[in-house]
Amino acid sequence: MESTVLTQRFPALKLLTSTDMATFEVPTTDLLAVVQFLRDQEGFDLLADLCGIDWPERQPRFGVVIHLLNTQKAQYVRLHVPAVNDSVPSIAALHPGANWHEREAYDMFGIQFAGHPDPRRILMWDSYPYHPLRKEFPLAGIEVPLPAADVAEVTGQGVEPAPMMGGPFVSDGGKMSEGEPSGRDQSWTEKHPKR
Amino acid sequence: MKITKEISLGDVAARAEELRGENMTLNMGPSHPATHGVLRLSLELDGDKVVKCDPVIGYLHRGDEKIAENMTYNQFVPYTDRLDYLAPLANNVAYAIAVEKLANLKLPARAEAIRVLCCEMARVSSHLLGLGVYAMDTGAWTVFMYTFNEREKLYSLFEELTGARFTTSYTRIGGVTRDLPEGWLAKVSAFCDGVERTIDEVDKLLTRNGIFLERTEGIAPISKELALAYGLTGPNLRASGVPFDLRKDKPYSGYEQYEFDVPVGTKGDCFDRYLVRMEELRQSVRIIRQVVKTMPGGLWYADDAKKIFLPPKAKVLTKMEELIQNFMLVTEGPQIPAGEVYFEAENPKGALGFYVVSNGGGVPYRLRIRGPSFVSLSILPAIVPGNFLTDIASILGSLDFVMGECDR
Repeated sequence: MESTVLTQRFPALKLLTSTDMATFEVPTTDLLAVVQFLRDQEGFDLLADLCGIDWPERQPRFGVVIHLLNTQKAQYVRLHVPAVNDSVPSIAALHPGANWHEREAYDMFGIQFAGHPDPRRILMWDSYPYHPLRKEFPLAGIEVPLPAADVAEVTGQGVEPAPMMGGPFVSDGGKMSEGEPSGRDQSWTEKHPKR
Repeated sequence: MKITKEISLGDVAARAEELRGENMTLNMGPSHPATHGVLRLSLELDGDKVVKCDPVIGYLHRGDEKIAENMTYNQFVPYTDRLDYLAPLANNVAYAIAVEKLANLKLPARAEAIRVLCCEMARVSSHLLGLGVYAMDTGAWTVFMYTFNEREKLYSLFEELTGARFTTSYTRIGGVTRDLPEGWLAKVSAFCDGVERTIDEVDKLLTRNGIFLERTEGIAPISKELALAYGLTGPNLRASGVPFDLRKDKPYSGYEQYEFDVPVGTKGDCFDRYLVRMEELRQSVRIIRQVVKTMPGGLWYADDAKKIFLPPKAKVLTKMEELIQNFMLVTEGPQIPAGEVYFEAENPKGALGFYVVSNGGGVPYRLRIRGPSFVSLSILPAIVPGNFLTDIASILGSLDFVMGECDR
């Protein structure tokens, strides 16, 4: 597919530079029409992947990245959709496979999918209060009450935090003296126990 | 005693509405032998028939994507073992290729050939297990024994190659951890001879087995359109008649040099999915034989990737420059340029995709894992209703999923 085919038909689309495949920034208003056009006219018949991404310094903060595959020509296309007001139209009506992917993006980032047939969490339990893949969420996790209140009532215990001391040890690079591997999450160390 | 009223079939049909009972909600899993791990199905049953199926997943959710954002590229390799833990070598390779694409790194022919060998041995291992438990779920115990016997031999080969039987962590960004052991390729050839006999035996046990046919033929057919709409990949997509194989259509790691056929089903039912896997086993053995025959010499890592692949140990201990390079690589990770890449590899369960976003440096900004099992399971609400409760074992077995990859 020539990238001009898409930008001519949808002038609001922005062609982004990417080394591996044609990449576009698609405004939420055009998303459904673009995905339908790609599916019906250009043969991008398989939704390879849909995921969320968090850019805390950008406006809007969240984005959805869609990878579509043309199984005839073995060609991919990537769509970046900035989530205005943390919301993106659901493409589950066009690609039923998007249903679970969108549930996961909601679960992990809190992105809303307008018109989603089944907007529930998928990996975390329904009453879980956080969105763990957001950048501000600590790697070591945040203690939440046991989902089964009746169990906690009998045992008198919440969830015990695992002794991770801030998680796997990494180095951020930069100056040699600061490049020493350390736990990225310093909110919880041996000197300052969690809570 | 006198019979006051004879109930005939006609009567029952007329009173169908009156005789209809309540639907029952049945919970299957998360600890159930047919769910192959911790999958839970919330089923609504009308008698023996499934009316509604709602898969509940997340019991094995470990937050791999979050963990990846907090460690260097090479540190994440062991986590990829635990995605599809029945084919860890193939996951290692898929992940390494994705990051190498971002770094625009070209590997020497030997490294690529070793990786193809690893991928195909992983496929044989995964399909052997998939077929074994599928047959066991439908009542054929023996097949499981046969296939596990072969997997045991494979694990011994993996152990010799990588040092671990199960969690191999064999690849590094820019190559593999070590070269092939001496005499190993001959053992692989010997394994190929043995496994071909086992495949034939399993073929004789199952393909024309009346009970197996009854349990699988015509059960839960997935049409071409439905398979594409749900984004199925791998053997499940091909069983529905779509001849799409990333190894053929978008070759990576030098797959284009090897001859193999892509088996395709016609009806997309449980039996077709079995047939496709069976033939893929044979084709994998065919590829393994070719790789063994044509294994090129040379290095097993990209020698020019100074900021990505660890220098040889002997040089680290004797040369200053290599020592510094080693230190920087271990502390800061392989230096990958900024950018984004999406790469899918044809894994035993389907297309395993990695979407890597880098801001430069040794730690990914975002690493998304597209697990084929996640996608395979998302089709259950569409294909399970209308089948009998007992068919669920066949359907789950035929989809060949693994929860480590589904929940990540």
